[in-house]
Amino acid sequence: MEINATLLGQMIAFGIFVWFTMKFVWPSVSKAMQARQDNISDGLAAAERGRKDLETANEKADEILREARQKAGEIIDKANKRSNEVIEEAKSTARAEGERQLAAAQAQIEQEINQAKTELREQVVTLAITGATRVLEREVDAKAHNDLLSDLAKQL
Amino acid sequence: MSDNSGGVTYYINHHLTHWSIGEGFWTIHADSLIVSILLGSLFCWIFWAASRKATEGVPGGLQNFVEMMIEGMNKLAKETFHGHNPLAAPLALTLFCWIFLMNLMDLVPIDLAPSTMEALGWDYFKILPTVNMNVTFGLSLSVLALIIIYSIKYKGPKGYLHELFFHPFNHWSLAPFNFALNFVELFAKPVSLSLRLFGNLYAAELIFILIATLTLSYGLFEVFTSLGGIFLLIGQIILATIWAIFHILVIPLQAFIFMMLTMVYLSMAAESH
Repeated sequence: MEINATLLGQMIAFGIFVWFTMKFVWPSVSKAMQARQDNISDGLAAAERGRKDLETANEKADEILREARQKAGEIIDKANKRSNEVIEEAKSTARAEGERQLAAAQAQIEQEINQAKTELREQVVTLAITGATRVLEREVDAKAHNDLLSDLAKQL
Repeated sequence: MSDNSGGVTYYINHHLTHWSIGEGFWTIHADSLIVSILLGSLFCWIFWAASRKATEGVPGGLQNFVEMMIEGMNKLAKETFHGHNPLAAPLALTLFCWIFLMNLMDLVPIDLAPSTMEALGWDYFKILPTVNMNVTFGLSLSVLALIIIYSIKYKGPKGYLHELFFHPFNHWSLAPFNFALNFVELFAKPVSLSLRLFGNLYAAELIFILIATLTLSYGLFEVFTSLGGIFLLIGQIILATIWAIFHILVIPLQAFIFMMLTMVYLSMAAESH
C-alpha cells in the first residue's frame, strides 16, 4: 500500500467538508435551536406567571368573599336589631294606646254613671212627689211645695 | 467471478487493488477519492438540507436527527474544551459522519462494486475508502496539522517550542531528549489514529473476501447441484451474516473512536502544562 496523492485529495476534501459544515450547517441549526429554547423558556415563564396570577386572583377572591360574608353578617345583625326596635316601639305604642283607650272608657263609664245617678234622683223625686200627692190629695199644692221638693231631691 | 486466471489469489488481489490513475507519488486512487467525496457530499447535503429548513417550531424527523447530532457534538466540544471553540463541534460531526458513511461501504456486498465496474470496463474498483491508507492518513494528518495549529494558537509559538524542548524534564541538558520524546508522542497520534481505522476495516474486508472465496471453486451451476457446493454455500451465508452483524457494531465504533480521540488530542493541545 503506497502513499500517494490520494492523501492530499483526501485532506483537501476533509478541509472543505469541515468548512462547509461549520459555515452552512452550524449557524442556521444553532439559531433555530436557540430560538426554540428561548420560546420554551418564555412559555414556561409565562405559565409560571399565569399560575402566580391565578394564585393572587384566588386569594383576592377569597378575601372579597370573606368581606362580603362579614358585611352580610353585619347587615343581618343590623336588620335584626332594627326589627327588634320596631317591635319594641310598636309594643310601647300599642300599650300607650291601650291605656289611653282604657282611660277614655273609664271616663265615659263614670260619666254615664253620674248621668244615671242624676236621672235616678230625678225619678225618685218624681216618684216621691207622686207618692206624696197620692197621700195628701188636694192638701198639697204642687206650686207651694215645689221649692221644698227640689231641696229634697238635691239632698238625695 | 471466473477462477481460471489464478483462482483464489487472483480473486483476492482483484478485490484489494485500487483503481489507480497516474504514476509514482502523483498516482490517484480514483475509487477511494470518488466514493469518499460522494459520501462526504451526501453528509453535507443531508445536513445542509435539514439546516436550510430548520424551524424554531416543532422539528420534523430529519431536523430532529440533525439537531440531536449537533447538540451532542456541541456538548462534547463544550465538555472537552474550556471556553468557546467554534471549530471543534463541526469537526467532530464531520469526522464521525464521514468515517461512519465510509465504513458503511464495508456492508456493500463484496462482489457488487468490483464486478459491476469490471463489467462496465474498469479493471479495479474498491468501494470501501477506509481500507485505503491514503484516506485514513489524509484524515489523521489533517488532525495532526490541527493539533500543531491549536498548540501554537493556545500557547503561542514560543510557549509551544518551550514545551517541545523542556517538557517533561525541565533541564537544558535534557532538551534533545525531551524533543525526541515529544516528537514521537506527537507523531504517534496520527499514526495510531489512521492505522487503527485502517487495520480494523482492512481485516474486516479481508475476512469478508475470505468468506466469499469458500464457494469460489464452484461454478454458478455446480453450487446448487453438488452436495459440497450447497454445504459450503450455506456455511458462507451463515458466516457472512455473523460477520456483517458483528460489523454493524464495529463501523460506528471505529468512527466514534476516531472522532473522540481527535477531540481528546485537540483538547490536550489546547491545554497548557
